[in-house]
Amino acid sequence: MAVTDRVRLQGPTGGSTDDGGRSVRRLAFSQRLSRWDVKVSPYLYISPFFLLFSLTGLFPLVYTGWVSLHNWNLIGGQGKFIGFDNFAFVLGQPYFWNAVGNTVSIFLLSSVPQVVLALLIAAVLDANLRARTFWRMGVLVPFVVAPVAVGLIFNNLFADQFGLVNNVLQAVGLDPVRWHSDQLASHLAIATMVNFRWLGYNALIFLAAMQAIPRDVYEAATIDGAGRLRQFLSVTVPMLRPTVIFVAITSTIGGLQIFDEPRVFDQSGLGGADRQWQTLTMYIWELGWGQRNFGRASAVAWLLFLMIVLIALTNFLLTRRIANQGDRS
Amino acid sequence: MSSIPMIRQSAGAGAARNAERRLNRPGGPGRKPGAGRGGAVRRPGVLTYGTLTAVVLASLFPLYWSFLVGSHDSTALSRGIPLLPGGNFLANAAKVFDSIPFWKAMGNSLLVSSVTAASVVVFSTLAGFAFAKLRFRGNKALLVFVIATMAVPTQLGVVPLFIVMAKLGWTGSLWAVIIPGLVTAFGVFWMTQYLRDALPDELIEAVRMDGASMIQAFWYVGFPAARPAAAMLALFTFVATWTNFFWPFIVLDPSNPTLPVALQLLQAAHFVDYSVVLAGAVLATVPLLLLFIAAGRQLVSGIMQGAVKG
Repeated sequence: MAVTDRVRLQGPTGGSTDDGGRSVRRLAFSQRLSRWDVKVSPYLYISPFFLLFSLTGLFPLVYTGWVSLHNWNLIGGQGKFIGFDNFAFVLGQPYFWNAVGNTVSIFLLSSVPQVVLALLIAAVLDANLRARTFWRMGVLVPFVVAPVAVGLIFNNLFADQFGLVNNVLQAVGLDPVRWHSDQLASHLAIATMVNFRWLGYNALIFLAAMQAIPRDVYEAATIDGAGRLRQFLSVTVPMLRPTVIFVAITSTIGGLQIFDEPRVFDQSGLGGADRQWQTLTMYIWELGWGQRNFGRASAVAWLLFLMIVLIALTNFLLTRRIANQGDRS
Repeated sequence: MSSIPMIRQSAGAGAARNAERRLNRPGGPGRKPGAGRGGAVRRPGVLTYGTLTAVVLASLFPLYWSFLVGSHDSTALSRGIPLLPGGNFLANAAKVFDSIPFWKAMGNSLLVSSVTAASVVVFSTLAGFAFAKLRFRGNKALLVFVIATMAVPTQLGVVPLFIVMAKLGWTGSLWAVIIPGLVTAFGVFWMTQYLRDALPDELIEAVRMDGASMIQAFWYVGFPAARPAAAMLALFTFVATWTNFFWPFIVLDPSNPTLPVALQLLQAAHFVDYSVVLAGAVLATVPLLLLFIAAGRQLVSGIMQGAVKG
């Protein structure tokens, strides 16, 4: 029973009539007030969220669909209804498919190593460390650096001519990599930025989940003769299944929307001379605020949303499957 | 602890020590009472600390690097890579202040982040209190709705949000950045989860018995109980708002930017002069680093708590 019910039944204004009519009448007003208080207050408390969210979250969501079905110009505003023409146009654009490819490529290059590395870092942090808080804070530092700042810093590290990374590569006798013109190389550089910022954060999430694993499971594994590596693969990883799914899905939602880091990877902001690293969000920006075509920008936004839902679902099913296999072995 | 001798016989002393270490480890929720620091606690070896040192150095290196580059002039940089900071940081910083409205951007970021954090905390705590502790029609359905909205990407609504802001005449003003940030579904979810465990029903009953109104119950019992989670939520919201780029970049004027927008302008103005650009990156990061030094411990435990509950 919720608190409010109990208060309603037993409270001072709970409507007991044993002590005579006079007190009932005296209580009547405050009783009605209290009833009203109990009934209305919860809605009052949640209303700021729902009011503001409908204005700035829900309404735009629905409105995007409406805009995507129209000719709609940044300056001129709403034009005539054209049905799915914007979608048809966008789907016929090579730049759109280029952006889809880039987004997925950067996403995979960042999220897969990120989950694996974060798991390993978490396993190391899970040891019986001295100065635990220090190490945990140490890996979290990049989280407070703004993605734009991260982008600028790595833009310099990965500079084609005098960048530190290429200098190191040359020092060990390798060819310098053209980070700003080669497609795969630019994706790697951008994925590195994403990993830099999020590794520690995800490691801490995994660490929390690891510490919630009951210790007797490890005892049992030890009795069965499992070594530390075996325990990590056969006990820790499968037991972390819900957390892995959580991290995979949040990184999907975030990763497919990536904008900040690739945007500042050069100064023009279109993702390189041949759009080698233009992502879908950058494409939305180009359509909407570069070409001033809000209808087409909204169409891409919807397609991006569908993609996110699709990949998040696949992610969910895949992760569950892998983790299940881990359980059985 | 009865399994320990058994392991000694079957799997050798190494495994036993291993198991003992697991049992004796402090901190984990699975720790058994009385198994604290007594006994043979095996400390991790050089390999563990070595790995961690490498990870932490890798986390700090890009920041050190940007300070390094930001403290030299660009001609020195093209000649070779320095190992130690030079003396040019202040000169570069002066160039930063000349080319972008840096202090204005800093003030804007501070204002936007503080207002957003305060508002998210107040509204989320109120809603969380209602969802966690009060019974009303539609409670469950509405909470599910809140959680579902967490999965919707912001990008989807950017175009219409811009149209709305333009209609209201708010483009270019800080209101356009502040208003959409005033509430977050994550905040409501976070406070609901926390208050469910942290605030005993009996406490609310007691103050209600004493004749407190609902809002008094919230103020005297609900809000104090929520304080630790509220502090973390404020911290998270502050960091997230401070580092946010996409929406402010779209809706704000170059003359009235937040820090990330200003940094992007700086790059546009000085795209070959890395030392100025990275000096700017350092200057923009320092406030959050200070916040992190002051409250990093809370940030860490906040992330870990959120992970277990989420």
